Amino acid sequence: MARTDPRKDVVIVGLGWTGSIMGMELCEEGLEVLALERGPDRDTVPDFQYPQVADELRYGIRFEFMQRPRNTTLTVRHTTDDVALPFRRWGSFLPGDGVGGAGIHWNGVHWRPLVEELRLRSYVEETFGADIIPEDMQLQDWGVTYEEMEPYFERFEQVAGISGQAGNLNGEIQEGGNPFEGPRANPFPLPPLPTTLSNEMFADAARSMGYHPFVRAGGNASKAYTNPYGMQLGPCNFCGFCERYGCLNYSKSSPQTCVLDALKRRPNFQYRTNAEVMRVELAEDGQTATGVTWFDEEAQEEVFQPADIVILAAYQLHNVHLMLLSGIGQPYDPATGEGVTGRNYSYQMMGGTSMHFEDINFNPFVGAGANGVAIDDFAISQIDFAAEGFIGGSYIGNGQTNGQPIRSMSLPSGSASWGAEWKRDIARWYGHSMGVSSHGSNMSYRDTYLDLDPTYTDRHGRPLLRMTFDWKPNEIAMTQFMRRQIEPIVEAMNPTHWSSAYKEEGARYDTTSYQTTHNVGGAVMGNDPATSAVNRYLQSWDVHNVFVMGAGAFPQNLQYNPTGMVGGLTYWSAEAIRRDYLQNPGPLV
Amino acid sequence: MTRDLSSTRRGFLQSGAAGVALASMPAPSWAQTELPPLEEYSPEFLSAAEWAFVLAATARLIPSDGEGPGAIEARVPVFIDRQLAGEYGQAVDWYMEGPHYPAAGGDFGYQTPLTPAEIYRDAIARFDDWCVETEGASFVDLAPDRQDAALEALEAEATRRGEGTAAAGVSGTGEGGGEGGGEGEAAGGGGAQTEATGPSRPRFLPDESCEFFIHLLQNTKEGYFADPRYGGNHGMAAWVYIGFPGARANFLEWVEQDNVPYPLGPVSIAGERA
Repeated sequence: MARTDPRKDVVIVGLGWTGSIMGMELCEEGLEVLALERGPDRDTVPDFQYPQVADELRYGIRFEFMQRPRNTTLTVRHTTDDVALPFRRWGSFLPGDGVGGAGIHWNGVHWRPLVEELRLRSYVEETFGADIIPEDMQLQDWGVTYEEMEPYFERFEQVAGISGQAGNLNGEIQEGGNPFEGPRANPFPLPPLPTTLSNEMFADAARSMGYHPFVRAGGNASKAYTNPYGMQLGPCNFCGFCERYGCLNYSKSSPQTCVLDALKRRPNFQYRTNAEVMRVELAEDGQTATGVTWFDEEAQEEVFQPADIVILAAYQLHNVHLMLLSGIGQPYDPATGEGVTGRNYSYQMMGGTSMHFEDINFNPFVGAGANGVAIDDFAISQIDFAAEGFIGGSYIGNGQTNGQPIRSMSLPSGSASWGAEWKRDIARWYGHSMGVSSHGSNMSYRDTYLDLDPTYTDRHGRPLLRMTFDWKPNEIAMTQFMRRQIEPIVEAMNPTHWSSAYKEEGARYDTTSYQTTHNVGGAVMGNDPATSAVNRYLQSWDVHNVFVMGAGAFPQNLQYNPTGMVGGLTYWSAEAIRRDYLQNPGPLV
Repeated sequence: MTRDLSSTRRGFLQSGAAGVALASMPAPSWAQTELPPLEEYSPEFLSAAEWAFVLAATARLIPSDGEGPGAIEARVPVFIDRQLAGEYGQAVDWYMEGPHYPAAGGDFGYQTPLTPAEIYRDAIARFDDWCVETEGASFVDLAPDRQDAALEALEAEATRRGEGTAAAGVSGTGEGGGEGGGEGEAAGGGGAQTEATGPSRPRFLPDESCEFFIHLLQNTKEGYFADPRYGGNHGMAAWVYIGFPGARANFLEWVEQDNVPYPLGPVSIAGERA
């Protein structure tokens, strides 16, 4: 029998970036806030402390900080004609686990979206005409503009302690920054990180071809910093154990380094770990949520937690899963195109060229997650979609993040993978390679979506989430375009060997090899309740006291890493709740 | 090939760099205590025959001759045995509920009902039978070149996922609900991603364990390069060999030193130096 716990003003599902920020902002209003986190508690000490965390096998290969598929997974298929199969162990993406969530183990790469990206459908229609949009592409505006979001991007950058060089301050292009970015009101809180030899070689080659290289921004502190919550970061020491690891040095922007200790000091904040939310409970009329039911691992029983406001702040996939399990929003049906929950799932189109230099030693273990030099000359705003035959763009660049030998041993293509030759080659080439890669947009399509799996269930007997996704010709054309831009840059660098890996016509989504944990969509934001699950304030159209954070709100994927947008949207939504919703609970639109 | 780095802001570093590197190069010293020879190790998971196989196979995957340690010197077999006995080998963290489609396309990753430990157990026995049948002797008794040829056949077994099935995985096996349209698991029509293979191709492993070679090779490299706390990478010799400094994890002053070999040897998580 379910136990019922005392009522809270706010219950937050998941205590990563968005949950901890929402906790801070709503505690400011004096609300009683409870966060439920299904994973374990985690803090810098003891969980990320040196030297234990510098363990490639445990964290980089066996995924200690990731969700356990045994507890939480999903199924995947390429098309609606296929039977989906479960991710039995993680591969192409790595959902985080425990307090801090994916904010623990990301690299810290930070971008704002382009001005054009947040109104992409309008931009395409105005600039090139609606007829260039493929029939099955569900291209949408976001319902918010860059100008509206600017103060909230800045707020997240200040809290996260982002290092970087502004490229556009109030319309004035700044030397050393990204000249194609949207205008910023203020500089980054910290200067850019130092650059490696590989960064400089790419920058020199790109500059020689007339491009505009800049040190990319990131949540790896370049100097000591105290953020608006009073949290302190120390300068990144380039330890080379960033992505997949917690930061041993209080340098990587994370809920632990930037929010949680301040939040835990709030008397009106409480959190529970090993507390998996089973579903959001709705009132009889379905217009509001009454709270959530969660599973108490210790007591081995379900617990009803009444609350006036429910914030879904789990990972993108799991927010959508909870919405589908709870009946929030009409489930999307690709056959009719109707329904919104699960609609417009998308991913990220990546490509890259690796280079090997016989006579250059890059010391690849000297790495930081956000380190890198990029060019944005092939951004969404810089490409003639009508001429090139696709919609999208990429940033291109080099980053030196780690030299971990199990997962980052790069050999020239065609090298032996075992035996005497392999053994000879690893000593010859370790430390002699660098890459140039493209990180690109991915549009959403009528048949790329999330729903509930008809066969596989989780340990509680709930249907798993099911992902239907495959690469589309538009994105293949985009990444091949990037290949044509990157290869001349690479050739200008004159490596001993180089080889390219870009998806080609007919490529299928490979769930096994790591690509990126930039899963987006499924709880899309917008101004039309027929094509979005949440309104422009991330409020459920149907259940007005449920707010859904995270990259599920993206109608299609940005060409950038998502966290800057996710952080900005969290502050934007928090402001709407604080300013309007608390005074007048009901639909904000 | 020559490279002109003087055009970068760092050209000045080149002149002094080499001297710095040589002056601080320490002599390697094996800080780890001597361990008993592998022949005296008592495996936790592997049977005697399986242990002998893992010794012989890893010795071909990373041979002892030439520069650097081989898998045997690095004590990779100890690592593998301990991993198979532990959470990895038992697939403790993974979703192992059925139904299973082990023949699904390789894009769908781990789909066998077997744990890694069970794959080793199943595949080693079948592979050794195949060696006796085709080569006239157990794998461990074959000459090194025949062992290599047998391992190549084992490797080929691991690449056949998805053959004869739709490339997308498992096409329409009775899900119903109007979405289906496939004709069942073996109906073909796909398979576009896998190259055609000749009829002579060996098939001695079932779908459930056909990827054994992938696991064996991956685990061998893990044991070669992981921290010594897991039983392999003995003396951090594999790190010394390639120039990885292990768990030092502090390099800020090295970020802007261009093309200067890092002078310090590795440290382990336990604080050993090499």
